[in-house]
Amino acid sequence: MEPLIQIKDLVKVYSLGEMEVKALRGVSLSIERSEFVAVMGASGSGKSTFMNILGFLDRPTSGQYLLEGIEGEHLSRDELAEIRNQKIGFVFQGFNLLSRTSAIENVRLPLIYAHHPSRKRQEMAEKALSAVGLKGREHHHPSQLSGGEQQRVAIARALVNQPSILLADEPTGNLDSKTSEEIMTIFKKLNQEMGITIVMITHEPDIAAYGKRKVLFKDGRIVEDSVS
Amino acid sequence: MTALLASLRIALRALLVNKMRSALTMLGIVIGVGAVIAMIAVGSGAKKRIADQIASMGSNLFVVLSGSATSGGMRWGSGTVPTLTADDAKAIATEIPGVKYVAPSYNGVAQIVFGNQNWSTVVHGSTSELFEIRDWQFVSGRSFTQLDIDGAAKVCILGKTVVDNLFGGIDPIGQIVRIRKFPFTVIGVLAGKGQSAWGQDQDDIIFVPLTTAQKRLFGMQFPGMVRSISVQAHGPEVMKEVESQIVDLLRQRHRLQPAQENDFSVRNLTEVASSAEESAKVMSLLLGAIASISLIVGGIGIMNIMLVSVTERTREIGIRIAVGAKGKDILLQFLIESMVLSLVGGLLGIGVGIAGTLILSSITQWPTLFSVQAILLAFLFSGSVGVFFGFYPARKASLLNPIEALRYE
Repeated sequence: MEPLIQIKDLVKVYSLGEMEVKALRGVSLSIERSEFVAVMGASGSGKSTFMNILGFLDRPTSGQYLLEGIEGEHLSRDELAEIRNQKIGFVFQGFNLLSRTSAIENVRLPLIYAHHPSRKRQEMAEKALSAVGLKGREHHHPSQLSGGEQQRVAIARALVNQPSILLADEPTGNLDSKTSEEIMTIFKKLNQEMGITIVMITHEPDIAAYGKRKVLFKDGRIVEDSVS
Repeated sequence: MTALLASLRIALRALLVNKMRSALTMLGIVIGVGAVIAMIAVGSGAKKRIADQIASMGSNLFVVLSGSATSGGMRWGSGTVPTLTADDAKAIATEIPGVKYVAPSYNGVAQIVFGNQNWSTVVHGSTSELFEIRDWQFVSGRSFTQLDIDGAAKVCILGKTVVDNLFGGIDPIGQIVRIRKFPFTVIGVLAGKGQSAWGQDQDDIIFVPLTTAQKRLFGMQFPGMVRSISVQAHGPEVMKEVESQIVDLLRQRHRLQPAQENDFSVRNLTEVASSAEESAKVMSLLLGAIASISLIVGGIGIMNIMLVSVTERTREIGIRIAVGAKGKDILLQFLIESMVLSLVGGLLGIGVGIAGTLILSSITQWPTLFSVQAILLAFLFSGSVGVFFGFYPARKASLLNPIEALRYE
């Protein structure tokens, strides 16, 4: 069986006016199903750019990226949106929930764009919320939830479409250490019990320790790739 | 379909979050649609009144007036020199083929007395053809007979205003009124015609036989003299021809040399009236156009608010695009928002427009006329204003770069 993610010689160059910034300078990597990868690196090392390309939010300047054998290079904006909707779940540092919208409605959001019937949407959203331990808090608004709970809503939203991969960008960056631990426990559980593939950016070594594999970025290149 | 419903729900929720802002944005459209409906109602009311007045005047109508006097280089107005006679009228009727009816008139002002009531009004001497020309119906009684005309009978036909002022609920038919001390028997009562296109009360009038006016009431400078002759042509297509034939005939009868000016004038009343109708049409078009401008200004208000809203919700749009919203999902969401604003505003505007028109017409007594087409048009126009002015902000939202949108603070 082919790997879930195959990346070869990935290069990303931003042009800021006259200046060219090389964010990625040839990255090659493959990730199997059910892996839990922690991506580390200093800021400016290219890990966020890597994550955006992995999430089909950005396109590489050159090189190849295949997700389940699909290449995004020649796809339209809308086709990329559909891939994000079906195959990718995002968890952000700042939670990025819609305020003034209840937890369950936030979780339902990807399903709306997947055009599932509304009863099915409700069922799937309830299931995802109870998977992150938020049963009974469906109708709370983000402002009524703690940071940890908000991030759990975000995780439920990322999971609700049963994606191939969960991409987390500093998921504990806005949380205290105790809440961070809770969130990481959820990630670990999702990975071990449900076999969900997770790629997580972090700069904290103790958070990265939850991952089974560590990838270190420096100056747009992978300088270390180790399995613990 | 489910996508559309979902977008509708998202849009409604977003509008309800900012109730005050939505209401104020809508107000622009409410005022715009209301103004369009009210202005069209006022304009078409005025147009209808003029059309009614033209119909009440009679169609394809000429009035031939006596000429103007010249004394010491000073010319007086039409009718100051009596030149027309009842025989001229008879000649027009018999010698010009395009003529349908001819009615010579001789009128003056007199005091009318009935019992202890009195009223000063126009006493109009004419023949029964006048009622045909002006399509004037009788409420009761009869018109003049040839016998009345030949014998200068002391009979009269009353306009509605005169009846209202002299007879308090008494049936006037058969009653005796005094005109310049002579007793006249009332033989007919006319239906009300209302105001003329020139604002006169057409019903404030008494008709007597032409000969009675000439011989008994007002006297004549020469036999058979009349002040004006009303002529009705068979149709609009012969108007020009009939007009020149009347001129030729009267010049010949009055023995005018080619170098002499006409001692009479012919006026085409239908032409005068239709130019009044034309100006009413232009006026109502102008009113509608001015009101439409306010609707467009309302639309610009929507665009402004939608642009603010898109900027404010950049992060929300970024989240939606990241979790799989396509360009058309975002476009539709914001387009629906602006359309809901403009359509709800349009509906309220219809109510405001109708209420405003009713209030306006009850205060000013202007005639107004609502038309379903105008209301539908204003509503559809408001909807298209929503689409037109909502499109740019919505498109801007749908083209946002998700990475930048997610980073937006």
